[in-house]
Amino acid sequence: MRPGARRRFDEMRSGAADLFPRWREEHGLEIYVDVPAAEAAGLARRLVEEGCRVAAAFAEDRTEAQGCFPRYYVFEHAEDSRYLLLRAPVAPEEPAFASLAAGIPAVNWAEREIQDWFGLVAEGHPNPRRVALHDNWPDVNPLRKNFPIETVLPPFEGERHIYRPTLGEGVLQIPVGPIHAGIIEPGHFNFSVAGEPILYLQLRMFYVHKGIEKRFEQLPARHGVYLAESISGDSSVSHGAAFCQAIEAAAGIDIPERARGMRTILLELERIYNHAADIGAIANDVGFVVANAHGSRLREAILALNEELTGSRLSRGMICPGGVRWDWGREQEVRIEEVLARWEPDFSSLMEMIESSDSTRDRLERTGTLTRKQARDLGVCGVAGRASGIDCDVRRDHPYAAYGGVEFRVPVYEEGDVLRRVQVRVEEVRQSIGIVRSVAGALERGPYRAPLPPLPPDRCALGAVEGWRGEILHWIRTGADGRLERCKIKDPSLNNWPALVEAVQGNIIADFPVINKSFNLSYSGTDR
Amino acid sequence: MFKILKKSLQTGLVTIDYPRRSPAVSERFRGAPRIDFARWGDARGAAERCPTGAIAIEDGEGVRRVKLDYGLCIFCSQCAEDEPGGAVRITQEFELAARHREALVTTAEYTLEADGTHRELRSVSEGAGEETALGEEMRRRIHGMLGRSLAIRQVDAGSCNGCEVEIGALNNPVYDVERLGIQFVASPRHADMLLVTGPVTRNMELALRKAYAAAPEPKVVVAVGACGISGGIFGRNYATAGAVSDVLPVDVFIPGCPPRPLALLQGILLAVGRMEEKCRAR
Repeated sequence: MRPGARRRFDEMRSGAADLFPRWREEHGLEIYVDVPAAEAAGLARRLVEEGCRVAAAFAEDRTEAQGCFPRYYVFEHAEDSRYLLLRAPVAPEEPAFASLAAGIPAVNWAEREIQDWFGLVAEGHPNPRRVALHDNWPDVNPLRKNFPIETVLPPFEGERHIYRPTLGEGVLQIPVGPIHAGIIEPGHFNFSVAGEPILYLQLRMFYVHKGIEKRFEQLPARHGVYLAESISGDSSVSHGAAFCQAIEAAAGIDIPERARGMRTILLELERIYNHAADIGAIANDVGFVVANAHGSRLREAILALNEELTGSRLSRGMICPGGVRWDWGREQEVRIEEVLARWEPDFSSLMEMIESSDSTRDRLERTGTLTRKQARDLGVCGVAGRASGIDCDVRRDHPYAAYGGVEFRVPVYEEGDVLRRVQVRVEEVRQSIGIVRSVAGALERGPYRAPLPPLPPDRCALGAVEGWRGEILHWIRTGADGRLERCKIKDPSLNNWPALVEAVQGNIIADFPVINKSFNLSYSGTDR
Repeated sequence: MFKILKKSLQTGLVTIDYPRRSPAVSERFRGAPRIDFARWGDARGAAERCPTGAIAIEDGEGVRRVKLDYGLCIFCSQCAEDEPGGAVRITQEFELAARHREALVTTAEYTLEADGTHRELRSVSEGAGEETALGEEMRRRIHGMLGRSLAIRQVDAGSCNGCEVEIGALNNPVYDVERLGIQFVASPRHADMLLVTGPVTRNMELALRKAYAAAPEPKVVVAVGACGISGGIFGRNYATAGAVSDVLPVDVFIPGCPPRPLALLQGILLAVGRMEEKCRAR
């Protein structure tokens, strides 16, 4: 557990009450601070100076209900168990706001998304080009309420994107994607290289943008969990849980103890199967193919266990608002330990095999380094953050499900290279096995699903989960007749893609695959 | 080196014998919902609970038409949950791939009662059954047809990456599809088959068309998962161009969300049959 007081935001406020004119705490997880538009920038900078990390920034269209577009900056602090949501209005008559991106690089993409989705101009943004809508899209703002989701847009015209030129003798640009060589998701990378070393990387994402946030507003909230599970398939449980936590908070219900335990086990199994596969795949990218065969076999074992426990290899359809949909009998509970008892030594001997390979270590160490400062500036979270000295983990810092009652260690390294991103995963797999065992051992019979009352309208709520990549946030505002007015999704990939750009610089292009794999970010989670 | 050998020996043989023998499916696995149409009194509850419209009703003058579409189904089993009378039941069937989109759809027609229930089943038209697992001759057939392994280029045209998790699993030592003479390749120029996941986004449509154009004839296209077949939970919206078949001619459809590796394999094997036809036609 992080030491010290867990109410740091209160201290900040008591020292400068005038800075926080309107302060409302909700669900024990969120503090909403409303400020006039002109004061948002000053307070945001102050919070960053106090050591806060910007977890997300977004907006919503409330022109009909409130006559404005509220925009939000979500702050997190190591010594507070709540998230602080700084909220400031943007007037529709003057659809612009002062950008914070120059001083707080972490909001670079997020502010540009606000521009694209809502047509609110981020004034003073150092790179105000489109990020979510590709350049050849017409001038539309899909998250405005007056934009119908079924709008059929005209065919594309013009260039998709003009990349910045890189100049100099012998410098050339290598375009890669959107379709990559392998069974992976699409995106475009434009490398500028001088010989082998990478000088500069330009990313173009949002190829798999499928209107998910808008779709949440269309679906009945009770169907939302299925959409949440399809934000990033390899994080089905994490996104599903984050969504359900937000719904449960808005509905004002607590879920049964047993459901908390079962969710925790499923969340940790998701972490375990992804980490094991990643460790193998990273070894594969430096030529250690056998390690990958074992890693993918270990993943398979957990996917098969998921199917036994939930009926789905990705554990889809198991978590629901109120708890989980099916109970486990003795048979399922025994299977968890049976599988782990064989899995754990299998994993350990795989790690022995990988760690005894000097050439593998040689390729991973000091490769793709992300410094602590870069990570902090960019608001990097999750595995990539912890490998670069960013000591944050939602499970420990903002406990949900059954995490408040289990002991586990959060591995943190300083070096920020590929090797440390592997080591964070290895240590986390071991911790996760411990968590599963401890929670499964304490699982008591009882109800596993609480009835969900009709959703009250106009409630805001946050769901926060430490997915295997990092911090996942779902922020909702409920609407009338059981629908959602807004559902903001923050996948950790959104924080971490810009960090890849920093980490690859100066590395040879042949190391790009392994550096990329060591981050292993979700394109679908980013593009939504 | 010694550690690598030791680990391999300790691990032993893990590869399954599919398609010769199918491994048992776990007890709780949620496969295709099946409906006992004759016993079903009211379709409205299931249709309302279905998040993707895979069960849809169309009421006309005294007639109710109910459609069950495996191409839209995400196998959540909400339709069977709380269904009075138990007319909707979740089976463990997962080998659902078909060569025709219509084969995934079952339609039942009822006499509609004044209170909104339906009484008498007038007709059921089931999607045509497909020849499924093609047995142990697969490798010989692929080689007989191509003189080499079957080359598949997977294209993610908008997927959530759930299908990629399962397609990737085909290469793990448990399924090991290379033993069947099936190989995933890096370029569409080397590909006999495009294995496409969806929904096809507006931003990926051009890349998908280019990949198709780059693959040499004869070629087959397989649409994977609810989203690839129909747009799935995402539907058609400002950002998606819809199903793979809205963009390319599709030879085989593989339902699932995502399809299990063996469901994928069954669909790929079905597509090999289609490939043979195309080869013979040349």
